[in-house]
Amino acid sequence: MGDIRLMKGNEVIAEAAIRCGCDGYFGYPITPQSEVMETLMIRRPELETGMVVVQAESEVAAINMVYGGASCGKKVMTSSSSPGISLKAEGITYLAGAELPALIVNVVRGGPGLGTIQPAQSDYFQAVKGGGHGDYKLIVLAPASVQEMNDFVELSFDLAFKYLNPALILTDGVIGQMMEKVELSEFKPRWTEEEIIAKSGTWATTGKTADRERNISTSLDLDSAKQEIFNHKLQAKYRAMQENEVRFEKINCDDADYLFVAYGSSARICQKAIEIARKKGIKVGLLRPITLFPYPIKQIQEMLGQVKGILSVEMSAGQMVEDVRLAVNGKVPVEHYGRYGGIIPTPDEVVEALEQNFLGE
Amino acid sequence: MAKFIGAIVVDTEKCKGCGLCVVACPTKVIELARDVNGKGYHYAHMANAAACIGCSSCGLVCPDTVITVYRTKAS
Amino acid sequence: MTATTELKNIINEENVVYKKTSVLLDNEMHYCPGCTHGVIHKAIAEVIDDMDIQEKTIGVSPVGCSVLAYNYLDIDWQQAAHGRAPALATATSRLMPEKYVFTYQGDGDLASIGCAEIMHACNRGESIVVFFVNNAIYGMTGGQMAPTTLEGQVTATSPYGRDCQTTGFPMRISEMLAMLPGTRFVTRESAETPGAVRKLKKAIRKGFENTRENKGISFIEIVGTCSSGWKLSPVKSNEWMKENMFPYYPLGTLKDE
Repeated sequence: MGDIRLMKGNEVIAEAAIRCGCDGYFGYPITPQSEVMETLMIRRPELETGMVVVQAESEVAAINMVYGGASCGKKVMTSSSSPGISLKAEGITYLAGAELPALIVNVVRGGPGLGTIQPAQSDYFQAVKGGGHGDYKLIVLAPASVQEMNDFVELSFDLAFKYLNPALILTDGVIGQMMEKVELSEFKPRWTEEEIIAKSGTWATTGKTADRERNISTSLDLDSAKQEIFNHKLQAKYRAMQENEVRFEKINCDDADYLFVAYGSSARICQKAIEIARKKGIKVGLLRPITLFPYPIKQIQEMLGQVKGILSVEMSAGQMVEDVRLAVNGKVPVEHYGRYGGIIPTPDEVVEALEQNFLGE
Repeated sequence: MAKFIGAIVVDTEKCKGCGLCVVACPTKVIELARDVNGKGYHYAHMANAAACIGCSSCGLVCPDTVITVYRTKAS
Repeated sequence: MTATTELKNIINEENVVYKKTSVLLDNEMHYCPGCTHGVIHKAIAEVIDDMDIQEKTIGVSPVGCSVLAYNYLDIDWQQAAHGRAPALATATSRLMPEKYVFTYQGDGDLASIGCAEIMHACNRGESIVVFFVNNAIYGMTGGQMAPTTLEGQVTATSPYGRDCQTTGFPMRISEMLAMLPGTRFVTRESAETPGAVRKLKKAIRKGFENTRENKGISFIEIVGTCSSGWKLSPVKSNEWMKENMFPYYPLGTLKDE
């Protein structure tokens, strides 16, 4: 059993980073995620594990510090919230284009623009469809609890290094700010220089030794034929992720006539909505995508012979619902229920939306 | 009373004929050739070999590092 | 002895006094004839060779003409987004403090889009060397006005000459950065004569030596030419540079602590 604590989601991100042997965090303050860097500054991991923590001059600089650190084969990360992630978008596509592993955390707030500091899920498109330019994908994990904030930090690094691709934790102000019981991970040492060379020596810029060619961390290739071949390679990588890395959770699905699809804090709200609906005799279940890319397409399709309608519940104007509809492909009705601009829906509202859409009330 | 004698070898195919070595040479050894290389550049060459003192000035200013400089004591 | 046999005697491996360092790769440089980048690349490579730090040196290349610098120096390289090289170098030097980390940036990259990154890397006093190549123009994109373009200078986006009333004034970046407590060594060099190249190499060596001591950033500006952008021959470009660039961007060490 690891340490059990009562902690804020944002604080746990910081603690989990230290414990999983993260080498560097580069950030810039923005509400509602500033506790991540604040916690790191209080914890002083440089004295404990040697982890480097830098408050950068901007989100742009922070993500490019991540690029530099990732190029060295180090486990590096940044965190921000929606407007800050927009600023990081350039660096993120460079990371994807240079095939660099890194962790980015987005504690989403309502938008567009400066929007609000309250929670939202309106950065789904930005996270899973792009955000920056070019054909690239991020591995996107959506925690629904403070425990998952802990667990997904190490998982993100594992996946990022497995696929040499940036990973993103897409959470929001609810999970980031709430306190919950969490079992923290055991401490793992940071990789030694020898371990980094053994693991990533074929690409990491650790200093060109006589026994190998120079390593170059770049996303540039002016030869279009080569650039197309490289894009084929990226697409093959994304197909492999789709094949191997889908993570999801099903709740009360065995006898369900209707299905909620929701991730993160909306999934928590849907769990309560299920209790209320079932008391009313409506058999509804929940499919919670844990990975938003790769998306649990097959798992949704497997429910199609069973359910009569699907309600996608998000704190957005309807973003993930498009992926649900693509998976369902018209076979059963799919509707969206969302609140946005920083408003969190109540379980009662969700049940009401289910009834209105599918039960003719 | 030159104490040293020198010579240069220009990788003529890589030379871009910029002429910076011609200006840098203190003893006016180098000229651009009338002929052109495969890329169409009038490459640098030793037009006045006897004057070369092997000072490396041409090599230092050559942007394409195509000049090797030799130097030995005059016999 | 005939002239031919005498030459044969001189051109002999044991008489070599100057040749390409092995830190420079054999790849032909894509730069235009006479481009200062070639000379600076060579000077950096020669110092890396002299100091025997090839295995410990990490370069960060910019966006601009020198984006492909990684094709020429046989060291590990990171290629940065436009202007962001100092951010990459910050993380690299913090995470691998025993390495020699440098950025190589042009005036568009460093003085325009990357102003914030260079300013703050200097202010933090990162243990890196910055090479800032100032030729007063955007080379790669086809000769547009840079923040360092001189008053009245004709470029593709200042076709009637730079008008400082509407486009601002040429920025003396080195002077600005020398004011920051985080900079340790700030110098402005050139590379148009053998003497200038030797002086530049001394500055490069000092810069790399400073990174060892972790006492602040070394900022080496090199005033250079862009004969394609300036629409002058390489030799005429050097003359133009001496007449016009050196008075506004005076050479010499601004700070050495």
